[in-house]
Amino acid sequence: MPLGNDTLAKLREIVGADHVLTTKEDLIPYSFDGTAALQQMPGAVAFAGTTEQVAAILKLANQHKLPVVTRGSGTGLSGGSLPVNDGLVLCLVKMDKVLELDRANLTMLVEAGVTTLTISDAASAAGLFYPPDPGSMKISTIGGNVAENSGGLRGLKYGITRNYVMGLEVVLPEGEICWMGNKCVKDVAGYSLRDLFIGSEGTLGVITKVLLRLIPKPQAKKTMVATYAAMDQAAQTVSDIIAAQIIPCTLEFLDRTTIRCVEDFAKVGLPLDCEALLLMETDGHPAAVAEEAAKMEELARQNGAKEVRVAKDDVEANKLATARRSAFSALARVAPTTILEDATVPRSELAKMIRFVDTVGKKYNLKVGTFGHMGDGNLHPTFLTDERNKEEMHRVEEAFQEIFDEAIRLGGTITGEHGIGLAKKGILPKFAGDAQMRVLRALRRTMDPNGILNPGKMFE
Amino acid sequence: MPSHQSHLKNLDYSVVQQCMHCGLCLPTCPTYDATKLERNSPRGRIALMRAIADDRLEVTRTFGDEMYFCLGCLACMTACPAGVNYAELFEHARAEVEEQRLLDSPKRRLIRWFTVKWLFMDLRRLLLVGRAMRLYQQMGFQTLLRRSGVLKLLPKRLQELEAMTPDIPKEFSAEMIPPVTRAVGERKYRVAVLTGCAQDLIFSEINRDTVEVLAHNGCEVITPPEQQCCGSLHAHNGELGLATELARQNIDQFPPEQFDAIISNAGGCGSHLKHYSKLLADDPRYCERAELWDRKLKDVHEWLAQIGVKAPARDGQPPLKVTYHESCHLSHGQKVVTQPRQILKLIPNLTLVELPEANWCCGSAGIYNLVQPEMAGQLLDRKLKHIRSTGATIVANGNSGCLLQLINGVRQAGLPVRVAHPMTLLAEAYRRSAAPN
Ligand SMILES: Cc1cc2nc3c(=O)[nH]c(=O)nc-3n(C[C@H](O)[C@H](O)[C@H](O)COP(=O)(O)OP(=O)(O)OC[C@H]3O[C@@H](n4cnc5c(N)ncnc54)[C@H](O)[C@@H]3O)c2cc1C
Ligand code: SF4
Ligand code: SF4
Repeated sequence: MPLGNDTLAKLREIVGADHVLTTKEDLIPYSFDGTAALQQMPGAVAFAGTTEQVAAILKLANQHKLPVVTRGSGTGLSGGSLPVNDGLVLCLVKMDKVLELDRANLTMLVEAGVTTLTISDAASAAGLFYPPDPGSMKISTIGGNVAENSGGLRGLKYGITRNYVMGLEVVLPEGEICWMGNKCVKDVAGYSLRDLFIGSEGTLGVITKVLLRLIPKPQAKKTMVATYAAMDQAAQTVSDIIAAQIIPCTLEFLDRTTIRCVEDFAKVGLPLDCEALLLMETDGHPAAVAEEAAKMEELARQNGAKEVRVAKDDVEANKLATARRSAFSALARVAPTTILEDATVPRSELAKMIRFVDTVGKKYNLKVGTFGHMGDGNLHPTFLTDERNKEEMHRVEEAFQEIFDEAIRLGGTITGEHGIGLAKKGILPKFAGDAQMRVLRALRRTMDPNGILNPGKMFE
Repeated sequence: MPSHQSHLKNLDYSVVQQCMHCGLCLPTCPTYDATKLERNSPRGRIALMRAIADDRLEVTRTFGDEMYFCLGCLACMTACPAGVNYAELFEHARAEVEEQRLLDSPKRRLIRWFTVKWLFMDLRRLLLVGRAMRLYQQMGFQTLLRRSGVLKLLPKRLQELEAMTPDIPKEFSAEMIPPVTRAVGERKYRVAVLTGCAQDLIFSEINRDTVEVLAHNGCEVITPPEQQCCGSLHAHNGELGLATELARQNIDQFPPEQFDAIISNAGGCGSHLKHYSKLLADDPRYCERAELWDRKLKDVHEWLAQIGVKAPARDGQPPLKVTYHESCHLSHGQKVVTQPRQILKLIPNLTLVELPEANWCCGSAGIYNLVQPEMAGQLLDRKLKHIRSTGATIVANGNSGCLLQLINGVRQAGLPVRVAHPMTLLAEAYRRSAAPN
């Protein structure tokens, strides 16, 4: 049901009139997220300031069967926070307090709207480390990170968001407030519901607080950039590094098109005359770092690296990582619409997958820029196109279909970190299979009997 | 359908479409930071502009207000990996708002007519007003009036404005600087210095210092006495036609072929001056020269760093702690970031302490502090807090609008901090080293 005036009045009562937006000019900026070519106008946007307000809003929504889409910073790449037409957007960016940093237990308790960068900085200021660092970290919210189970540049060694969530405060779809998890390293009481919410894409409840695990800050790190005349050489370097039993914290890859765009923006002195670039970082005990870095450099050279540049200090290392984080947005310099893919394969199949993407791009005559987390097999081939060119958009879709099929054939997945949302809803059933789909549906119906949370997303 | 031309619809669609809504600009936008509303963010504003270009939204009053709530600080352009030309979008959006007279009110019309259309269209008028203000201050009227309490009768906004009226210097540039200044030593370059309009009125010493510094570095400096405004005020306030007219006049007055460089010492002006070719792209008589003009146009710090600026000799001055506030249009608009710092570090007795959030807008933003006092005040407080935290006794900055804002800020806060242009500090150091010890 669309939003009526009485519902709006009640919303204003709950959060205050200043925190409810209804004019067209206020709503248009919430009609999309970070995903290309998706747009839908909400009926209203409400900002919650407390868990209790979230609970009251969900109760109200249940009464009126009003669709609610939870939103963090709207950087999602699968359409997860795209509004439902005329529905409510519940935005959590004003719940942005760091509530506690517990040095004895190495945990941090934050509200869901805190940005990833704030968390990372707060941990660092206390001499601790919060590793997950999605490319969007300076603006993405922890609520969004948990809901998408986001990865980042350090996934290879440190894992993803899931590995750092110890507890969650969640408002269930019918308005009940529920804590799951705690500060204990061990806890096997009942099903791990907390884990169910990680990656739930706003369909099972609204996350309002997150208890995070922190780790000691590595004492040393070394960052390097290796450049190659051929993609295969970069892929082989990655395989060799892992075969040598080194797990660096970062093994990121950029192809020629991406390198040019990134350099054009970040001006960090990346060489423009190469086909592939690897950004490598190792961290830990200074002695181990020195040894691993030397070995990685040697392997890079053995595989034909044209140049291996070692960052001289933290400032340069950070610049290189920041440049890499800008890759996706920087690709938009070349074309009006950038559609990126998130297919992921086991590490051992990576070189094959890269070659396949290349062939598919040529077959459908599409411009592609590829970058990604090479160490964990998570590639982001990005099609550089124009959404107004219907014919080309059709070719993009066909190309994607082939890429998904190949990823599945190689034992991979249709999305490594961006989620299903709307973008991959159509292919989830085929990938997940009947049994999984049945359980997924049953779970969701049980949790959200009125189907108010993010309806139409992930699966029907 | 309205009969006028739509600036946003006529704009090359690729400029409007360039934003891929990744949100990476949000944390650097001062207005978004203050409100956390997407509408007040670059991504949100661009979405509104695009909605207009796509006929999904009319140009409404709310849209107009939003375009004037934006500071035009261009921090979003530095942050944007996708290369969105926000400056261009923003100017066209404001032009659209002006064309439709959406924000029209007698008071606004008067202010805009007086500043944008009359005062800043002709330097002579500006100087005339400046002379009147100088007289007003010199003859003690200002002190008298301020003391008398008569000013309290004015509406609050006007009172605040009166308190902000800058101190008008004793002499204007033309009275201090000869039209041609010979290079000290061998002449290596011939440059022109744009003495600006507001700059000339309020900070003529900075112009003199700039000329002196350039001469000291082997430049013969040309500064014609009667110059025009660069047009940035007009372009940023939706008067692209007037801005184009001023661009032509400036190119005529400073034929770019005749100089090695045309120098600006105000970040805000320079940022606009470097893009005359965009304004004149459709003018066959001017387009080529405008391109040459853009290439020759240099911020003074940029130029000095390029030609290799001379370090002043050591002198017996006590050590000074200086911090540097980046003007938005110098850093985000022109990407001149390291050069002013390099130059400051050359001054022997000076230590440069980094200002936290050095490139965050101070709230001056052209005439923003006049029209959006609340937001401007918040930004100024934030800036002053950081300045205080550095413990510096001098804050250096390369743009007249910011200098004014900071001078007013430190005065009101009672901070014992001097506000100065890097050229002034450098000129002083040269003078000290030239003076016999
Ligand atoms: C330039 C760029 C780089 C990126 N790099 C990476 C990367 O390296 N790795 C990666 O994994 N992702 C990446 N992303 C994707 C995206 O940033 C992440 O998915 C991020 O976690 C989304 O956070 P958000 O706050 O913007 O969430 P939103 O986009 O607002 O929401 C995402 C989903 O989470 C739900 N949600 C949000 N908050 C809550 C909450 N409090 N409770 C319940 N559900 C909620 C929404 O309903 C939606 O389904 C990138 C995106 C961009 C634009
Ligand atoms: S302006 Fe640039 S940084 Fe901001 S959302 Fe658009 S593309 Fe991203
Ligand atoms: S110009 Fe400044 S205030 Fe305006 S959108 Fe960009 S960052 Fe925000």
